[in-house]
Amino acid sequence: MKNQGIETLEMKGIYKEFPGIVANNFIDFNIKKGEIISLLGENGAGKTTLMNILYGLYRMDKGEIYINNEKVNIKSPKDAINYGIGMVHQHFMLIDNHSVLENISLYLKETPIFFPEKVVEDKILKFFDKYGFNVNYKAKIYELSLGEQQRVEIIKILLGGASLIILDEPTSVLTPKEAKDLFGLLRNLIKEGKSIIFITHKLKEVFEISSKVVVLRKGKKVYEEDIKNTNENVLARYMVEREIKPLIEKKEIKNGEIILSVKDLFVKNDKGRNVVKGVNFLVKKYEIFGIAGVSGNGQKELIEAITGLRKWEKGEIVIFGKNYHKFNSKLFRKLNISHIPEERTKFGVVSNLPIYDNSVLRTYDNHPFYKGLLLRYNTIKDFSKKIVNDYNVMTPSINTKVKLLSGGNIQKFILGREISTKKDLIIAAHPTYGLDISATRYIRDLLIKMRDEGSAILLVSEDLDEILEVSDRFAIMYDGEFISITKPGELSIEEIGLLLGGMKNKEEKIS
Amino acid sequence: MITIEKRKKYSIKENLLIIIISIFLSLFISSLIFSLKGINPFFALYKIIFSSFGSLYGIKETVTKAIPLMLCGIGLSIAFKGKFWNIGAEGQLLTGAVLATWVGLFIGKNLPSIILIPLMFLIGFIGGGLIGLIPAFLKVRFNINEVIITLMLNYIIEQYVQYLVYGPWKGKTQYGFPYTDNLSQNALLPIIKGSRIHYPTLIIAILLSILIFFLIFRTKLGYEIRVIGENPLSAKYAGIDFMKVTLIMMFLSGGIAALAGVGEISGIHKHLTYPSQISSGYGYTAIIVAWLAQLNPLIVILTSLFFGGILVGGDVIQTSFGFPFATINIFNGLMLVFISISYFLIQYKITFKRIEK
Repeated sequence: MKNQGIETLEMKGIYKEFPGIVANNFIDFNIKKGEIISLLGENGAGKTTLMNILYGLYRMDKGEIYINNEKVNIKSPKDAINYGIGMVHQHFMLIDNHSVLENISLYLKETPIFFPEKVVEDKILKFFDKYGFNVNYKAKIYELSLGEQQRVEIIKILLGGASLIILDEPTSVLTPKEAKDLFGLLRNLIKEGKSIIFITHKLKEVFEISSKVVVLRKGKKVYEEDIKNTNENVLARYMVEREIKPLIEKKEIKNGEIILSVKDLFVKNDKGRNVVKGVNFLVKKYEIFGIAGVSGNGQKELIEAITGLRKWEKGEIVIFGKNYHKFNSKLFRKLNISHIPEERTKFGVVSNLPIYDNSVLRTYDNHPFYKGLLLRYNTIKDFSKKIVNDYNVMTPSINTKVKLLSGGNIQKFILGREISTKKDLIIAAHPTYGLDISATRYIRDLLIKMRDEGSAILLVSEDLDEILEVSDRFAIMYDGEFISITKPGELSIEEIGLLLGGMKNKEEKIS
Repeated sequence: MITIEKRKKYSIKENLLIIIISIFLSLFISSLIFSLKGINPFFALYKIIFSSFGSLYGIKETVTKAIPLMLCGIGLSIAFKGKFWNIGAEGQLLTGAVLATWVGLFIGKNLPSIILIPLMFLIGFIGGGLIGLIPAFLKVRFNINEVIITLMLNYIIEQYVQYLVYGPWKGKTQYGFPYTDNLSQNALLPIIKGSRIHYPTLIIAILLSILIFFLIFRTKLGYEIRVIGENPLSAKYAGIDFMKVTLIMMFLSGGIAALAGVGEISGIHKHLTYPSQISSGYGYTAIIVAWLAQLNPLIVILTSLFFGGILVGGDVIQTSFGFPFATINIFNGLMLVFISISYFLIQYKITFKRIEK
């Protein structure tokens, strides 16, 4: 049976393991014709993995998939498309330099080899008539807005005959108006008899669009309910619920001077949209200030602005009492700031160079490593030995290339390197992401130790446990804004869950 | 199914073995070409090797040809370390040749050797460096592909040299040949008696190879070049100034290649003539010289001697078997292909395994 429309789809006991982590732990998931199901969860809950399995991008370790009560074997996206499953990824799968028409032609299997334009053009025009769509199909992809590109993805999938559409965080790239249009379109598709799986972390959208909601947490399905029988508070609780660990014994916070303050900061992302929208906060000596939030809410751009890697549009950054109104990467470099970047192997180290070369990546032209024109390799080697010893970096020697170290050891090394020279202000982005328990423990303890010794620390993490455990105060970032600044223990886990999902205040909760 | 994975460990032994195999394979395929022409490949190879390394005359010629290869190879090593694909050593060399002629023939004609020769090298170096700046600026500022710019500049400069020797600089004493007038005695480099080895250039080349080795592995600039080359994102994180480093790097790279051109004019030809006469593709062969040396300027000394020998051998098979000189380009081309493959094999492991469906 191929693509006669999906009446029912069942995923049974889906299990998928990645090295060191169970991404999907025996998940059951069902959808029927005409349903819109929201798949809700924090980062790393396993939503995208589950859908990638359904779309044939990953192969499950265990489990079965049934379409219209028949067992199917989806080995690749091609199979999925043949069964009528289409997916709009968070990052669009379009070729920028080609036109809309060409991109669609590429996707359709019935496209003739020669002169495909005419055939596909007819199809597109018919489709536009039917759905009241309008996209300039002769335009090149790069000329379109993100909202329009997303439409192209959807048109592509529908023309390909999909009856089940998976959308991965579709609103994260859209303006509010575009999101509203998208929802209108989705409702129309449901009337046509399509079914939709909507991956999101935004609570409001769940209620706006879906008929049913499924909540995943740490690879497990923890909740499933018709939308009319549930409410935000319940969902928020299921999404983030966890045992609250007793707060670790931390020394009483000393009231230190203000080291970093950010005033009304606006930052644009690479696509030119404002993704940090008027953020205000300050970090003091003897304090860890956390920024929680689902990734993609502007944290990356905020950190890049503060560390001198990205221009900002408006606002002011004050570091060590000096005001900066304008981006100046050279100046930031000279400041006494440690920066533990996200994606450690992409930015934090040069994998192909030995440890000792990497130990001075951000300080190579400072005293005592640099004199005259020469780098003083004896000093540098001693320094790298000290980092390796002091921070328990497991490596055969300091001459080893960094790419041969494990993620945990690379991170310990980066952290060690950064805080051994510059420790007045430490900016750490997702410092324990992907690390095992002992390395995670080590790094969190180290951050707390640095705080006790007088560093001001700004910690960005999408791991809520980490924020609650380590920080003294923290903000919740949602859609470019800090929607709350609080202390661990002040808000219940349910309240935090609501804030992470973008529920700002009581009124919104009710509406 | 074939899977390709990054190697976790590198052994020097394996590394060497792969390089030796790639030389062997290029020799093997070149042999096939000789066989096709009915010549015993072993005899041909023997001829090549004997003519270049087997006699005193051969060795002298080999060293002579190794000088420009060495200089261009050192220059290219700097740029390649920064992953800047400078294919323009040929044009940079010719720039040096033009400027050496200009200084020697017109500007400093009456200066004593002791001033004139250093001046020729200096002006040549600066000129080659300036040519190198063009692709560097275009790449950093506008992200224009440096391969295309450097390659096209080669053609422009070659044509300019043609124009000069057929046009305004054509010598009155050269019986209508497309040569400039000969440089006067004070503009000529001393040579080792009984050979064509212009030893001052050779000394400069060897000193530079040591100097550039230290530059790459011991100085701040070298560090910045290596970081940019290995990982531009961490270079940005480290706050390295891409524009400044790339400009200096390419100035040096172009400048050093241009020194080779100065040497060829002042040490060998004594006048400027058409481009293929001045450089038998040294700037291109130097790409292989640099790669075979794994971008280590000290090893460039050895690899340039090796390829110098191959070029001499090429001359010999031309005269003794009537083979076109281009035969040697086949060998060089094969070398480059196999070296590129061997670099891939050094970094990655290919395994064949069956997977059950």
